[in-house]
Amino acid sequence: MSIERFYLTYNQDRIKEPVIYWVGQKFRVVTNIRAASVSDHIGIVALELEGDQDEINAAVKWIAGQGVKVEPIEKNVIE
Amino acid sequence: MSFTTGLKCRECGESYSWKPLHVCELCFGPLEIGYDYDAIARVLSHKTIASRPRNLWRYKELLPVSGEPRIGLHSGFTPLVKADRLGEVLGVEELWVKDDSCNHPTFSYKDRVVSVAVSAAIEFGFDTISCASTGNLANSVSAHTARAGLRCFIFIPDNLERGKVIGSAIYEPTPVAISGNYDDVNRLCTEIADKYGWAFVNINLRPFYTEGAKTYGFEVAEQLGWKLPQHIVVPTAGGTILPKVAQAFEELVQVGLVKDTPWKIYTAQAAGCSPVVNALHRGADLIEPVKPNTIAKSIAIGNPADGYYVLGAVRKSGGWGEAVTDKEIVDGIRLLARTEGIFTEPAGGTTVAVTKKLIEQGRIPRNESIVISVTGNGYKTLEAVTDAVPVPFNIGARLEEFDALYQTLEQSSKVRASA
Repeated sequence: MSIERFYLTYNQDRIKEPVIYWVGQKFRVVTNIRAASVSDHIGIVALELEGDQDEINAAVKWIAGQGVKVEPIEKNVIE
Repeated sequence: MSFTTGLKCRECGESYSWKPLHVCELCFGPLEIGYDYDAIARVLSHKTIASRPRNLWRYKELLPVSGEPRIGLHSGFTPLVKADRLGEVLGVEELWVKDDSCNHPTFSYKDRVVSVAVSAAIEFGFDTISCASTGNLANSVSAHTARAGLRCFIFIPDNLERGKVIGSAIYEPTPVAISGNYDDVNRLCTEIADKYGWAFVNINLRPFYTEGAKTYGFEVAEQLGWKLPQHIVVPTAGGTILPKVAQAFEELVQVGLVKDTPWKIYTAQAAGCSPVVNALHRGADLIEPVKPNTIAKSIAIGNPADGYYVLGAVRKSGGWGEAVTDKEIVDGIRLLARTEGIFTEPAGGTTVAVTKKLIEQGRIPRNESIVISVTGNGYKTLEAVTDAVPVPFNIGARLEEFDALYQTLEQSSKVRASA
């Protein structure tokens, strides 16, 4: 089992989508929201995913496919 | 002797013991270093600092190391140049350029943060140092680890131009090019940091790494005669340096090394990558990530790790920020070169151009002290200005030909007049 931590960034047009609910239904991962901020323009969720690495990878790919940006909590580390 | 008091979450305040940790286990907030400022105030004086070698460790009580630093002994203490000729062009009375284009050993401000991160890594007992970078950071990590005799892995996107890798490869780290987009590379690097237990300077050592940026602010104050400037303009990429310069000024006041005089800090970004300036102008707290599209590659970070703290520091000081086009950036590079003889990379051109804009807007008054931050060297990014600089005049090897050319140039006023 692995645990990974991500920031999910929702643009205005994706903000109403229950992406975290669905990812828990579609993949064998435990979702744990640790922090969240929402404004008119943007929503940011700090999310922990726990599960087999393959399931986490598939879940991340699916979330990104929903138009939600998925990044490690360190954000951009390429400097 | 160390004056640190441990690690603390910037968001929820949770405390952690002294270890290479960067994220709060509770809220995922970034961790920062705590100091015993009262104890530092008792031992640190202008005289003590003046007696030390001219490198970034002269402020070691305010840095996160416990023993004698072994790395970065020639880094820092770069010139603070009184920029009268540039000041005349911009129409201001007191202008300074803090010039890290000549920082040792790899010609950018990264030599500060990497010196501190590698020193901390040595104290923690790491034998492998790493980073993900497309330029200045990789150069600096490669050089400092070569000097320290440590293993080094450099991660880069696989579409990076060969020329950009040479400045790191010469120090013989192990470079690894990763296929995939920047998000994939970001994620893989954090996974490697977790799995292999290496010191990634800007990931698991980030609280230590960012502290090195304070030395830029310490030096500005010391070189101004232990005074704070009234205005300082700083570029923003990942958001490391600006909040740390602000913190440096606050710490100097707290330990009694400078008077508590008013100062404002301003962020400079390229219009092709300005997530922080966008948020600042919108009055927002959350930073909307952008896809970078600018020649200013060294500051092209679409979702800055510390962008939120840049906003906080700028707002707290009463400062502001602006973004400038690539054309304005190139003009900024050329203006600094022809007035002050300093050749900076596009990040520095951005700072010059933004300073000009802020002065023209009346945001920065013309009769107060201003510092422009130059954080990197133009010789690394020649391609940014290749099409913008004059081409040589061609003549045959005969004096008559030069006489004719000179006459033409004199008549058309194309020769720079002496000041």
